[in-house]
Amino acid sequence: MPPVTPLPQFKGTNSYIASAELQGAVNVAVTLGRPLLIRGEPGTGKTLLAKAVAESLQLDLLTWHVKSTAKAQDGLYIYDTVQRLNDSRFGEGDVRDIKRYIKHGPLGQAFARPTRSVVLIDEIDKADPEFPNDLLHELDAMAFNVIETGEQIQAKERPIVIISSNADKELPDAFLRRCVFHYIAFPDERQMAEIVRVHHPGLEAKVLSQCLVKFYWLRELPEIRKRPSTSELVDWISALIQAGLDPAKLDKELPFLGVLLKKEGDLHTARHFAQQKRW
Amino acid sequence: MFTEFYFFLRRHGIKASTQEWMGLLEAVQRGLAHESMTGFYELCRCLLVKKESQFDLFDQCFAAYFKGAEAPVMLKDELSEWLKNAKLPRELTPEEKAALQALSLDELRQKFLERMAEQKDRHDGGNKWIGTGGSSAFGHSGTHPTGIRLGGEGRSKSATQVAEERRFRGLRSDLTLDTRQLTLALKSLRQLTRSDGPQELSLEDSIAATAKNAGDIELVWRFARKNTVKLLLLMDVGGSMTRHSQLCEQLFSAAHSLNHFKEFRCYAFHNCPYDELYDSHNPAQNVATLDVLKQIDSSWYLLVVGDAMMNPYELTAPGGAINYYQNNAEAGIVWLQRLRERLPRSAWLNPESPLAWRQTTSVQIIQKIFPAMFPLTLDGLRDAIASLKKA
Repeated sequence: MPPVTPLPQFKGTNSYIASAELQGAVNVAVTLGRPLLIRGEPGTGKTLLAKAVAESLQLDLLTWHVKSTAKAQDGLYIYDTVQRLNDSRFGEGDVRDIKRYIKHGPLGQAFARPTRSVVLIDEIDKADPEFPNDLLHELDAMAFNVIETGEQIQAKERPIVIISSNADKELPDAFLRRCVFHYIAFPDERQMAEIVRVHHPGLEAKVLSQCLVKFYWLRELPEIRKRPSTSELVDWISALIQAGLDPAKLDKELPFLGVLLKKEGDLHTARHFAQQKRW
Repeated sequence: MFTEFYFFLRRHGIKASTQEWMGLLEAVQRGLAHESMTGFYELCRCLLVKKESQFDLFDQCFAAYFKGAEAPVMLKDELSEWLKNAKLPRELTPEEKAALQALSLDELRQKFLERMAEQKDRHDGGNKWIGTGGSSAFGHSGTHPTGIRLGGEGRSKSATQVAEERRFRGLRSDLTLDTRQLTLALKSLRQLTRSDGPQELSLEDSIAATAKNAGDIELVWRFARKNTVKLLLLMDVGGSMTRHSQLCEQLFSAAHSLNHFKEFRCYAFHNCPYDELYDSHNPAQNVATLDVLKQIDSSWYLLVVGDAMMNPYELTAPGGAINYYQNNAEAGIVWLQRLRERLPRSAWLNPESPLAWRQTTSVQIIQKIFPAMFPLTLDGLRDAIASLKKA
């Protein structure tokens, strides 16, 4: 049986309120030393979680924003051959020291540090479908080899790895098996009211609740293909305020629907059902 | 001590691996369940279930196992929604009835589980999916010689058993087709050639050349290798294809998101392409098929997705288009031949089962023009791509 070492517990921070389940998932991932995979619709605070974990456990945060062109290797290290080639001719220092040209990526830096850190691999689903598989070994062993120098970098303290992914893409099974998984549910009306208040502090409570009723009604229409997210709601309310919103009018119709719905079919559907519903 | 629970979960479709299960045991040993049932529940969920779509099933299983209740009947919640407000069944001719396979109960069970896993929408009046008023083996208010009645009133007496009273043992072993798998399959469609674009610095060659030059830097440039595959995707929409729309959308989004082809175009048609195609981005906007043909050449690959099932005159007669107002001057078959001649590297993907192809005249007519017809499954797609590469 592995020794039981008391670990600091993640409880959320002042600005980031984590549900009990989310706190539990973070602590499980930290204790077992496994990556934590966070999924959820856009605007549910996936990316902010890593910041909150780092803050709460007083660790450094290293972020790796994954792009469609990203390679798994980039997160570990890059061998800057061009710089070395250039230095051999024009530069200073010892060109024979390859180490000078090995530049660690976010994951590599986390492994090389003497202290524990938090690594966020943000939006892993953006990269090539095989990308997560290429990281399996490194995330398991928390170590990698620098081929050019023959050096092995082994993490002294397993970093806390948090991986975010949008809900709509599948990840490879072998990768999923190694992760602790948590799904951040879309905020309910009460939580959403709090979020909107942060962006529009002056909004009347009655108008806010009117907006929310319509927003959730739209989201729950089964025919809607691309459901509006938090940021679209915030934009919609901005548009309503800009246009000098008339609460009586909002009661009867759905102005600026294009801010909430981005698909033509959805717009038709929403208008169709809105007429039937007769606000 | 929980091993029985593990197998209970696996039996009910939560396919956690041994590795994940060992992780759970380790977590319990380390006291992460906080000696509470809620803690244990949360721990199980975050370590054993990696897809939110399975949370509901997991909840049912957990409740059933630990309350000692009956095992959950794996009915999707949506299932009951699909079965509300039944459509009236259409009358079937004796031949159609005869064509419906009489299945044994075990086959039915197996197929039912497959359908439940695949089906994402409501389907009425069809012959495959769970729905109402059709000739599918699953649903209610329909006609099928054997078949499982799900909810609703039994109209025809042939429903062998009612699923709500049943517990399932057999588990599906087929592959589910998801966008990821489609993307990977489509990715194999590539042809790397030297591009005419800007050159790239070849590091290895530069280093070798520089070393030969006794350290005097010499840069070697090479042409980048790019995928030159240009793909034209034509999709049948509406009518009998509606129930395959989920699958077609997945294929489209896989091809579209791939960002892998040199050029990619997608148009839609109804039953058969005639003189006009629909733009997939803007259904109201028609494009002339001739214009499309002008813009592409034989270097393009063509994938047609359609069930190829229609009245034969829609193919053979001028003016036979199902859309009356289209009033096509030339028969559908002429257009199909034209496409095929312009794009010899072509394949047809058919979402209907190959068994049904043989019984349909229109499929046979089309197969004469497009002999490379494959079922729209993962294997079918792979075969289609292999045949495209060979052509």
